[in-house]
Amino acid sequence: MSGRVLVGVKRVIDYAVKIRVKPDNSAVVTDGVKHSMNPFCEIAVEEAVKLKEKKLVKEVVAVSCGPQQSQETIRTALAMGADRGIHVEVSGKDYESLGPLQVSKIMAALAKKEEAQFIILGKQAIDDDCNQTGQMTAALLDWPQGTFASEVSLEGDKVMVVREIDGGLETIRINTPAVLTADLRLNTPRYATLPNIMKAKKKKIANVKPADLGVDLTSRLEVLRVEEPPQRQAGMKVETVEDLVAKLRDAGKV
Amino acid sequence: MLLGLIPSRRLLSIRRSLIQCRSVSSANTGRKAAVDRVLSAFRSICGEDCVSLGEAIREQHGKDESVHKCRPPDVVVFPRCLEEVSSLAKVCHDHNLPIIPFGTGTGLEGGVGAVKGGVCFSLRNMEQILDLHQEDFDVTVEPGVTRKTLNAYIRDTGLWFPVDPGADASLCGMAATSASGTNAVRYGTMRENVMNLEVVLSNGTVIHTAGKGRRPRKTSAGYNLTNLFVGSEGTLGIITKTTLRLYGIPESMVSAVCSFPSVQAAVDSTVQILQAGVPIARIEFLDDVMIDACNKFSSLSYPVTPTLFLEFHGSERSLEEQVATAEEITQSNEGSDFQWAQDAETRNRLWKARHDAWYAAQALRPGCKAYSTDVCVPLSRLPQIIVETKKDLLESRLTGPIAGHVGDGNFHCLMVVDPNDPDELHRVHLFTERLARRALAMDGTCTGEHGVGLGKRTLLSEEVGPLAIQVMQGLKDSLDPKNLMNPGKVLLKGEL
Repeated sequence: MSGRVLVGVKRVIDYAVKIRVKPDNSAVVTDGVKHSMNPFCEIAVEEAVKLKEKKLVKEVVAVSCGPQQSQETIRTALAMGADRGIHVEVSGKDYESLGPLQVSKIMAALAKKEEAQFIILGKQAIDDDCNQTGQMTAALLDWPQGTFASEVSLEGDKVMVVREIDGGLETIRINTPAVLTADLRLNTPRYATLPNIMKAKKKKIANVKPADLGVDLTSRLEVLRVEEPPQRQAGMKVETVEDLVAKLRDAGKV
Repeated sequence: MLLGLIPSRRLLSIRRSLIQCRSVSSANTGRKAAVDRVLSAFRSICGEDCVSLGEAIREQHGKDESVHKCRPPDVVVFPRCLEEVSSLAKVCHDHNLPIIPFGTGTGLEGGVGAVKGGVCFSLRNMEQILDLHQEDFDVTVEPGVTRKTLNAYIRDTGLWFPVDPGADASLCGMAATSASGTNAVRYGTMRENVMNLEVVLSNGTVIHTAGKGRRPRKTSAGYNLTNLFVGSEGTLGIITKTTLRLYGIPESMVSAVCSFPSVQAAVDSTVQILQAGVPIARIEFLDDVMIDACNKFSSLSYPVTPTLFLEFHGSERSLEEQVATAEEITQSNEGSDFQWAQDAETRNRLWKARHDAWYAAQALRPGCKAYSTDVCVPLSRLPQIIVETKKDLLESRLTGPIAGHVGDGNFHCLMVVDPNDPDELHRVHLFTERLARRALAMDGTCTGEHGVGLGKRTLLSEEVGPLAIQVMQGLKDSLDPKNLMNPGKVLLKGEL
């Protein structure tokens, strides 16, 4: 086995940002907004790096699909301990319509090319909440999948995965090569420290185009409209508790 | 209605309270009329939505996390930018209305209480993180930015702001109170880490204490205005921006715990660790009462004796050396059960006792309130003051588990007191005064971290002496001649 792990990392709007919808309701505002690595991808990277530190795998390769700025996200993964990066260039309209199906085709192609033993992804991205890429990738490769992993341990040529499911925890044993997706409690990701950020600048990031991998980026989905959650209707501010009770009485609620 | 204006003080006679009643009520009427006059000016400056007279809002802005009772302002304004702060201040200045800056309300000395009413400037709408300079290790933030928000924002730059007072406080508020935290022993307090401030004075003038936009790592230029405002607790001006010194996130961390047969042994170990040149990041002391409370609260089983919680920051190799040196020192002081851990999950488990200390103390007596004392003495005096304080606690029949930042000589008694027992409240009050004076007698200070606020003004006078107080008063009179900036705090002059 190659001992190589591919980790997918997605550049998303930072979790702490207040999201605004564009006035034309076509999309969310992304210009000038802080972006960072998807939190579940951080957990995926951490798990891969931990496996390497335990000498259970040999190389961690961070992959990101997106525009030029995705390289920053790959650099963060490198600073966390990944060995090298692959930036799959997708920009403009292609990037706006990029979704799990296209990404999983890309990951599958790369997994074959790199002879990967594992693909570790976050369970979902915090912008689209799709929770599909890991599952689609496994299906395209016909690999077993351990999704919503809260615990992973390698046992020879098999992997034991404890999954968080609605009813509690499910433990499965699957063959390798396999796709794993990271859930919240899998680990606590390390911070990228300054010395590691400096070292990461010297690690290599290869540039690849989706066409080179034989992947068609056409989307089968079209976003019709993006809206904010409904505004609270004509609320009335009251200044005192007495006012509030009076208004509730008037409205027949009390 | 008149009597409702006076906070109930059971120790005052009825007659005295009636006399006070009359003078407060006429001052109140005058002030309320002034507030009515300025409301339309306020609304035109920052908009209808940003001016609030609501009782709930005012009460929320009249108290912090101390035991001081709520003293609500007459009106709360929520300016959105520097220009609004300055214009609002000018209006207040023209009408002689007190100005009370408000960050997150997480202070511990009653600093936001509007003792003379007035206008609370709640700065939470100014929440931008500006000008992050990674290579220069500095960043500028507005008052609505809290320390956890900043650290989350800069986490992928490899930098952090280490001053950690516990609460998720406003960074400008931390500058105003000269806050400190558990890792001051290595990274310093706000005094060492504020490089520049933008301040609005009581008449609306905007100044930059180190010059606009300037952020050299060191300077010899002129009087140190920056550190004049750091710790001024809103009595000299409203801080609208602070430029902070950042540090590299430690490559690695190790946490350790060790038990000792006596307070002396624990403090001796602390002193020796510092003397050995170990750049220890956190060194926290919990006394036996505190450990017992933590064991009960978090279902732990630490030996019930004085305990040190240590944290080391550095590269892998430096950590090995630091931990080895520290372990050796603790062993030579009869320390036992030295445990250490490097991975995040185990470290958190080891430190859980220290993290939950506040709640563990309160759980000792459900239904009671907790109040934290805060004195600081030279390290060599720490064993003596802790031993004398524990004796005092026993004699006064008070519950006061002790947690302390021993590396700085600073410790807190977490007083757990029944708010409905006036005798106990009185005993606590006397105890804390004795404690502060004990610290002063040992070349220390009456407040290591929490500030002077409402309750320690007399102690401040004792601590620095009348001549220094005169100089402080002179500075106050020069910067705020009408005494509008947070009246009744820090200095004794100008109280009710």
